This record gives sequence, C-alpha cells and structure tokens, in this order.
Amino acid sequence: MSATPDRNAALEAPASIAELFLAFNRMALQGFGGVLAVAQRELVERKRWLSNEQFVDMLSVSQVLPGPNIVNLSLVLGDRYFGLRGAAAALAGMLLAPLAIVLALTALYAQFAHLPAVAGALRGMGAVAAGLVIATAFKLLGTLKTNRMGQRICVAFALLTLAAVAWLRWPLLWVILGLGSLAIGIAWKQWRP
Amino acid sequence: MSSVHAALGATDLLGLFAHFLLLSLLAVGGAITTAPDMHRYVVTQQHWLSDAQFSASVAIAQAAPGPNVLFVAVLGWNVAGPLGTLATMSGILLPSTALSLWATRWGAQRSETRGVRAFTTGLAPLTLGLLLSTGWILAEPFVRNPAQRDGALALIGITLLVMTRTKASPMWLVALGAWAGAMGWV
Repeated sequence: MSATPDRNAALEAPASIAELFLAFNRMALQGFGGVLAVAQRELVERKRWLSNEQFVDMLSVSQVLPGPNIVNLSLVLGDRYFGLRGAAAALAGMLLAPLAIVLALTALYAQFAHLPAVAGALRGMGAVAAGLVIATAFKLLGTLKTNRMGQRICVAFALLTLAAVAWLRWPLLWVILGLGSLAIGIAWKQWRP
Repeated sequence: MSSVHAALGATDLLGLFAHFLLLSLLAVGGAITTAPDMHRYVVTQQHWLSDAQFSASVAIAQAAPGPNVLFVAVLGWNVAGPLGTLATMSGILLPSTALSLWATRWGAQRSETRGVRAFTTGLAPLTLGLLLSTGWILAEPFVRNPAQRDGALALIGITLLVMTRTKASPMWLVALGAWAGAMGWV
C-alpha cells in the first residue's frame, strides 16, 4: 500500500545529540497543521530510527499520557538515545524555532487577516492538514496485521474509536477508560504465557 | 489582533501559570483537548481576551509550522506578552513532561512483561482510530460548507494519493493547499 520500509528492515539511530536536535527541528518546521504526519515520514521512512510498529507503540503511550502527543513522543525518543540531555535536545528542536515563527506571525496577523487571499490560503492549508493526518492513519493500518488481537478485533476497535470520538464526540478520557480497558483486557488474554 | 497585553500583575501571572499547570495533567489526547477550559478561564472568567482574540490565537498557531500546542504560547502572548508566553508554556509543559519521562522509563524497563505488552497491543487500534478521528474533525468544517467542499475534497484526495504512493515531502502539499486557497478554490 505504501513505500514504507517493512518492519524487518534494519533500524538506525542518531549519531549525536546535534543530529537529534536537527532532526526534530526539521520535523517541526515541516509540520503545518500538526507534526504527526511529518514525524511518521521522517522517523520511520527517512531516518529509519523506528519501525511502523514501534511508531504506533510510542504514539499509543504518548496519547494516553497527558500533554501534547508529539512533544511526549520527542521526549521519549530523545531520552531513549541520550537520556535527559537527549530529551531536552529533542524538545528544544521541536519547540524553539516554531515558537519564534508563531510569535512573529501573531505580530503580523493583524495587518493581513482581512485579505481574502490570506484567509483562503489558510483554508487550503487546513484541508491539506486533514489529508495528511488521514494518510498517516492509512499507512499505519498495516501494523494491525501483526497485532496479537487479530485483524478483525483491531479494525472493530479502530472503527468504534472513530465513531465515539468523531461522531458521538465522547470525551477522550471516557473512550480510553472504556474502549481502552476492554482492548487491553483482550490483549492481556492473548499474551497469556 | 492588537496586542492589548493588559499589564498583568505578578499575582495574575502566577494564577495563569497555576491554571495551565493543572490543565497539563488533564490534557490526555493533546493540549487542544483542554482548549474549551482555557477559553472558560481566559475569556469568560478573567476577561483577559475577547472571543475573537481566542479564536484567532488558535488559527494562527494552526497556520504556523510546529506542534499544535503552540496555540498556548500565542494565548499567553496575547494575554501578557513574553511573560504570558512563559507562564502558559511552562505551565502546560512541565507536569506532563516530567510524568511522561518517568512513566516511559518505568515502562521501558518492563517492556517485555505481559502487562506492558497487553497495554500497547490493546491501545494500538485505538490510536489509529484517534488518528482517523482527528483527520475527520479537521476535514468536517470543509465538508459541511458547500462553497468549500469540492476544493477541499480535491486537496484531501491529492494529499492521500501523494502521501501513500510517493516519498514527496508534505511541505509541497501544504504549499499546494496555500496556493489553491489563495486562488479562491477552497
């Protein structure tokens, strides 16, 4: 379905803290409308620091923990390679340059917000951002094939989550406590030693 | 948005910081999930920002590159300038950062245990469902607006094709979206 390296391809690791910082900086600066789609492309497909399966695992943990998902993911990955200094470097790479840009934009916004072309460009970027997130989800669906719960149960849980969050607008906390505990319970049985 | 930073006193800044500290630990699923409560505090309760200023803060952060959490920095800036940004950003990041590091180190030492395996195996399909939901929530306003539907669906379709069939950088797609929007097609 995609040009993604398969999970058996050899993984690599950042050679230095500087490389880690630059990688996260590059990701952040490409991340219009959110960094998640770019993160999958950079970390899995370009850098090969993670397999698709590892990416989904880390994302699952980042989503359950409080705080911005992509910030949690940066911290965890930086910490895994270089400890606390790595976590700090990844976080700085993810936040510093975009912070400067967004504050500069805040200052400029007042002057240009009334132009129809500017408002239109924002809408166009918003539509692409939606497409990017959906494309990332499609690419990662393949990882469910190797999930111990089996493909059918996985697809059912993914669809139930989609219905609960996007259609019924349940608060995320309830979705994770309800559907999440059920899924973890099923997985617990599958991992019986 | 004129920078109205009302000169907030030290007590107000501390209150802002404390409120975001608390929200940090409630932000399961990302900072944007606590936006309704930020709105209640900053707009309804404290009157530091107007409704329009709040919405514009979120829109600006969406248009800029980087993590979505940066809307919190813009909110802080619009409330109280650089000190406001410092208060909101450190507040929203410190507790969740510390907890994430601690929890993942704890989990990493036990990554081969049945409990941790069941946890990640069970949550993987929910994670993908949440990604699809985020995509839908971002796309929905365009789909519901007849004037924008066709252009937006075309952009989303092109994005899906390019992302799943090629190795092109998402940046080109964002540029295409900006251009198509500026031409008035979305």
